[in-house]
Amino acid sequence: MKLTIQVNEGPYQHQSADSAYFFTKAALEKGHEIFRVFFYHDGVNNGTRLTTPPQDDRNIVNRWSELAKEYKLDMVVCVAAAQRRGIVDDGEAQRNGKDATNIADGFRISGLGQLVEGAIQSDRLVVFGD
Amino acid sequence: MAMLHLVNKSPYDACSLDTASSIMQGDDSLLLIEDGVYAAVKGGKAAARLEGLKISVLGPDLAARGIGKDKLIDGVTVVDYAGFVDMVEANDKVQSWL
Amino acid sequence: MSEIKKFMYVNRKAPYGTIYAWEALEVVLIGAAFEQDVSLAFMDDGVYQLIKGQDTTGIGMKNFSPTYSALGDYEITKIYVEKESLEERGLTLDDLQHLVWEDEDEDWAEKDSIRLVSRSELADVLATQDVLFNF
Repeated sequence: MKLTIQVNEGPYQHQSADSAYFFTKAALEKGHEIFRVFFYHDGVNNGTRLTTPPQDDRNIVNRWSELAKEYKLDMVVCVAAAQRRGIVDDGEAQRNGKDATNIADGFRISGLGQLVEGAIQSDRLVVFGD
Repeated sequence: MAMLHLVNKSPYDACSLDTASSIMQGDDSLLLIEDGVYAAVKGGKAAARLEGLKISVLGPDLAARGIGKDKLIDGVTVVDYAGFVDMVEANDKVQSWL
Repeated sequence: MSEIKKFMYVNRKAPYGTIYAWEALEVVLIGAAFEQDVSLAFMDDGVYQLIKGQDTTGIGMKNFSPTYSALGDYEITKIYVEKESLEERGLTLDDLQHLVWEDEDEDWAEKDSIRLVSRSELADVLATQDVLFNF
């Protein structure tokens, strides 16, 4: 089964980011293909490398980066939502005159078309949100 | 063609369970995740909404909330994340009642 | 070339209190270029998104409600509004924007985009879709 996962909420605020992670991991462990994980609305905040969660709690951002590395996942942060919320990569910094970038490993910023394409190309779209 | 309905909010906090349960048809299944698991607790007002429906509950979310399986209404299937994946595969599409 | 899928964008949240209504519309607009078979559903608090006469000057937010009337130009002609959701909120179709599309097969005749449906009719429509978007 080929899946696209949509994550609508940021890390820690809602359980959605956790649920999406564990679902995605379980699907991969079962041998399914994750076409894309698409982060929308506050979900783009899963893609900042500047979080410092307490040592005794899960590191949501790093967890995504590690999963992406292990399984070569395509994790896309929506550009429009990212611009609103301040998730920046080199390209966005240049285009919008920002003096810093903060995108975490394994994430890339791209357009909403990536979500639509994911829905077209996948067998299932699973949305996690509030 | 059957649909998997996901409800992640407590029935005492939001209307998503009401909407989901009233729109479910035929062979559809309902999976309660996150705060949605509270709906399956025996004796709660929300449990009545689940009558006659194919209900599953995500085990890790129950355990996190200290709800033992003995507290659940009858006929509920407890699944883990692997079971959640199986349910997505077994149904044609997923409707997340956010 | 993959076959065309039936896409349903489900809208259940009110506008302005949260961003979901607006950001959902952004997906619809971008998605229109992908030439799938698109429908929108407005139910629960989603019906509030279509109320006419929205004036956001006092809250300092962009009034995005004019975007709904442009949906016809994006070839989005199937907009399902759930009757029970309207009624329980004390609303009627008259409170909503009149959304239309122009049928080029009928000399650009203006047709209503909004289809008022009962919950059980909407359930039937949802059952026929391939992909369900939620925000």
